[in-house]
Amino acid sequence: MTGHPLLQVEDVSKAFRGVRAVEGVSFEVARHTITALIGPNGAGKTTLFSLIAGAQRPDRGQIRLNGRAIGGLPAHRVCAAGVGRTFQLVKPFAGMTVLDNAIVGALRGERTVAGARARAVAVLGMLGLSGKASSLASHLTLADRRRLEVARALATRPSLLLLDEMMAGLRPTEIDELLGVLRTVHREEGLTILLTEHVMRAVMALAEQIVVLHHGQVIARGLPAAIVRDAAVLDCYLGEEDAYQGLGA
Amino acid sequence: MSESGTAPEVSTGVAAAKPAHADPARRRRLVAMGLLGLASLAMPLLGTSYLLSAATLALYLAYVGQAWNVMMGFAGQLSLGHSLYVGLGAYVAAGIFVHTGVGPWASVWLAVGACAAVGAFIGLLAFRLRIAGVQLSLLTIAFAELARIGFDHIDALGGPGGLFLPVVNRGHVDLLGFRGPPTLYYYAMLLLAAGALALCALLLRSRAGYYWRAIREDEAAAEAVGINTFRWKMFAVVLSSAMTAVAGTFFAFYNNSLFPEQIFGFERSVEILVGPVVGGLGTLFGPIVGAVTLVVLGDGTTELLNRAGVDLPGVRQGIHGLLLLLVTIYMPNGIWPPLARALGFEAKRL
Repeated sequence: MTGHPLLQVEDVSKAFRGVRAVEGVSFEVARHTITALIGPNGAGKTTLFSLIAGAQRPDRGQIRLNGRAIGGLPAHRVCAAGVGRTFQLVKPFAGMTVLDNAIVGALRGERTVAGARARAVAVLGMLGLSGKASSLASHLTLADRRRLEVARALATRPSLLLLDEMMAGLRPTEIDELLGVLRTVHREEGLTILLTEHVMRAVMALAEQIVVLHHGQVIARGLPAAIVRDAAVLDCYLGEEDAYQGLGA
Repeated sequence: MSESGTAPEVSTGVAAAKPAHADPARRRRLVAMGLLGLASLAMPLLGTSYLLSAATLALYLAYVGQAWNVMMGFAGQLSLGHSLYVGLGAYVAAGIFVHTGVGPWASVWLAVGACAAVGAFIGLLAFRLRIAGVQLSLLTIAFAELARIGFDHIDALGGPGGLFLPVVNRGHVDLLGFRGPPTLYYYAMLLLAAGALALCALLLRSRAGYYWRAIREDEAAAEAVGINTFRWKMFAVVLSSAMTAVAGTFFAFYNNSLFPEQIFGFERSVEILVGPVVGGLGTLFGPIVGAVTLVVLGDGTTELLNRAGVDLPGVRQGIHGLLLLLVTIYMPNGIWPPLARALGFEAKRL
């Protein structure tokens, strides 16, 4: 890969009322790769996501997509620059149909509603939601609402997809299905994915790079195989039984 | 507006995702629309003068309801002060007519411009300062009240004593001056209501319709898929206030007298929104169904009581309140959605 990494996070900090949620975080995400952002609860993962997606402004530091500064831009312009996202607490357009949800996403980058509809139909097919296109989003199961979030973000034609805790609250079989869908999407759309995840099985199955956040700072980054043997990482996960066992698995 | 977006983009060809049996429902809708249109056109030939004035009122309420519905039903921004735009539109057009003799065909554009500007100002204030929900509604009430009190002090427009338009021979049709018999006003209001319906139908199928509904459902998610929510909320507010200005201009020339106390009153704002809420918030036909229901039950009952020699002041408002109560409890989405299903106008949802 030549040129810039797709995403560059440079010395980014954010504090809330004096509490340092994210402190001097730097890392890069190479094009067409999947990077996982992990860390114990309160490590600053969701804050970092909000900063990248434009939902919040960093106090310090810069965020670049394709070399272009996007730090501090409003969310809709970050999306226009090529960042799609899902929400940890799903936010479907509940009173609209599944198809209309996807059309709203697809209208970014499509000139006509007819064009957006075609794109939306294709994306719903990729996510396995075609059969539910005319259902109201509020009638979907949690697993399907998560898929819909991916579909809606994907419809905007992002170059970087941010997935925030996609697997939380899903059953093991639903996790496996969603993993399969994400691999397909990653392959077929040539996407770059940055995800936060508590379910370590999902992290190990998808990620090519792992960035570990603790107390708002990066304490380790590297290949999954190296991260699971990193002493600092194991240290910060002590006491978090599930995650620790997940790491070892 | 992201310029290309505001152009009406009617979705061509029902996509594969739509069920195949959508067509008979569509045909039924078109036939019903045609019959309704013919009945509306023929109404003045059949009805009495009371019926004609009731029908004009229903069309007026359908039109302002449609305008209000753009802001609340489509974009989810609750205005409780739409009487502001009716009153401002009415006073601009009537003031120009009384002082210069220039008729509504010219002044309606000034009324539209004035209301759009005031709407834009309120929108700018609210959306830039992130005033939303209940606070936004209170802000709209505040501006309507401000106008009500302010117009009391404009002597050139009659102040609290009212502004009166000279009444001319009602038998004579003066299209240019928009003066004539009740039938003229009925047809004018029919044209406006039909035009508003067509405009809203186009908008709802265009980018604006999708974006407004997305903002209504979840603003953060709408931002995240690239929607400049500020811009599209502004569009909704400006369009809604501009549409309402036309109703105000109509009202001035239909009613011939304006009082700040009445036209800017809070009851007027409520009257505007009861129709679309009862009929079906965010739906195309909700404001029409709601307006007809209100007039038939509210004004119809009042008239029947009057003819029976019973004078019960406030019975109309009482019936409006009762309707609102019953619909909120038993039909939370309004009368139209279940009615449309019962009449077979809607393709079945899977």
